[in-house]
Amino acid sequence: MLTGLYRPGTSVLHRTPAGAKLAGLLLLTTVLVALRTPLAVAVGAAITVVTYAVARMRPKDLWAQVRPLRWVALVLVPFQLWSGGPTAAIVVVGTLLVAVGAAGLVTLTTRVTEMLDAMLWLLRPLRRLGVDPARVALVLSMTIRAIPVLAATFDEVREARRARGLERSPRALITPLVVRTLRHADRLGEALAARGLDD
Amino acid sequence: MIKLDAVTHAYGERTVLRDITVDLPDHRIGIVGANGSGKSTLVRLLNGLVLPTSGSVTVHGLDTRRDGAQVRRKVGFVFADPDAQIVMPTVAEDVAFSLRRQRMDKAEATARVAGVLRRFGLEGHADHPAHLLSGGQKQLLALASVLVTEPQVLVCDEPTTLLDLRNARQVTGLISSLPQQIVLVTHHLHLLEGWPRVLVIDEGTIVADGPANDVLPYYVSLMSSPAATDAPPPR
Ligand SMILES: Nc1ncnc2c1ncn2[C@@H]1O[C@H](COP(=O)(O)OP(=O)(O)OP(=O)(O)O)[C@@H](O)[C@H]1O
Ligand SMILES: [Mg+2]
Repeated sequence: MLTGLYRPGTSVLHRTPAGAKLAGLLLLTTVLVALRTPLAVAVGAAITVVTYAVARMRPKDLWAQVRPLRWVALVLVPFQLWSGGPTAAIVVVGTLLVAVGAAGLVTLTTRVTEMLDAMLWLLRPLRRLGVDPARVALVLSMTIRAIPVLAATFDEVREARRARGLERSPRALITPLVVRTLRHADRLGEALAARGLDD
Repeated sequence: MIKLDAVTHAYGERTVLRDITVDLPDHRIGIVGANGSGKSTLVRLLNGLVLPTSGSVTVHGLDTRRDGAQVRRKVGFVFADPDAQIVMPTVAEDVAFSLRRQRMDKAEATARVAGVLRRFGLEGHADHPAHLLSGGQKQLLALASVLVTEPQVLVCDEPTTLLDLRNARQVTGLISSLPQQIVLVTHHLHLLEGWPRVLVIDEGTIVADGPANDVLPYYVSLMSSPAATDAPPPR
């Protein structure tokens, strides 16, 4: 959900607090899972589509969110048809699609920092167990930030490997990738300390 | 004022800085030297990222060993690789992140972030993912994120090394316009032209120290012929 895909905008949804959006998401999925009827799924789907429109997103944005599910659906549909019949197939796959689509919309309309603040709040009870919510939130956002950096490293290493004619060698990929990732982590740690994060 | 007093630093068995004593009151201080001569180690001492094995480093009277956190609040640090300095996914978020530990109210923080982004020409990218910026813009963002906390000293360790000429010029233009005291490590000697104070580091010691006009020619000769090391350094 936290893929850093925030799409700036000024719609009502963009201006709604992250906590309210997360609560809405939770409510929607809970109701769908509790009712487990095709009608509920249809209403949930309609709500989701309308909210996408309210947020000024296009159909292709919705599609981009649920597309990764097509492989899951490929497995789930036959299994549900076989174990529970067509109604179960519609309800299970439909609920999944609505939940993922709605969660995607929350991501699209919420800045990562707002999401983190909301999570910080949600994670507060864990403080008693010795978990520091601020740290959890920081690690999450740093992970999101690290994805494009690592992807770029991967591309460079793969190109370097090809340039040396070693494209078939897994070691020529993994060794430099690990070395560079560790070095990156080292520098990142230093930069964080320099920005006062260690104290 | 930055003071190093009899500073020696060793990584394990290996001594990389030897008995350095120097006062650095100047507004602009350049540091040059061969690869591996100890420049990065020296500047990391200035904010306590590296602690001296013996001797002491003080910044505005604060000892980096005793008051490391306070020193880091006074001394901003910019590294060569902007990708390793940007922590948050989007531009404005990364700048705002620096203000998080300063219990500042939200409206003021937002205004500060917007102001800094405008000054660095990044206002149009506030909500963009950081990885979509150009190399120069990323380094400007790294600078913005450091300067938003208004440090009194800015240390830059090869801030332009990974940038092309145009981006490097943009970044150095900005750095040289800053009111802060600046300590700049660089292999781009032209950036230091006219600077009042340049240190040449060689094998862990300061071998020349003076205005750029005197020191840089010496450094160039030191680098071009091994025999030139015997020539007396300007003092
Ligand atoms: N963390 C470390 N552990 C062990 N040795 C180190 C460490 N960091 C640096 N060194 C060694 O200390 C010496 C000085 O390194 P330093 O990075 O200060 O040099 P530099 O002048 O900044 O070089 P460059 O111009 O290549 O950046 C080098 O020989 C280096 O290998
Ligand atoms: Mg260095």
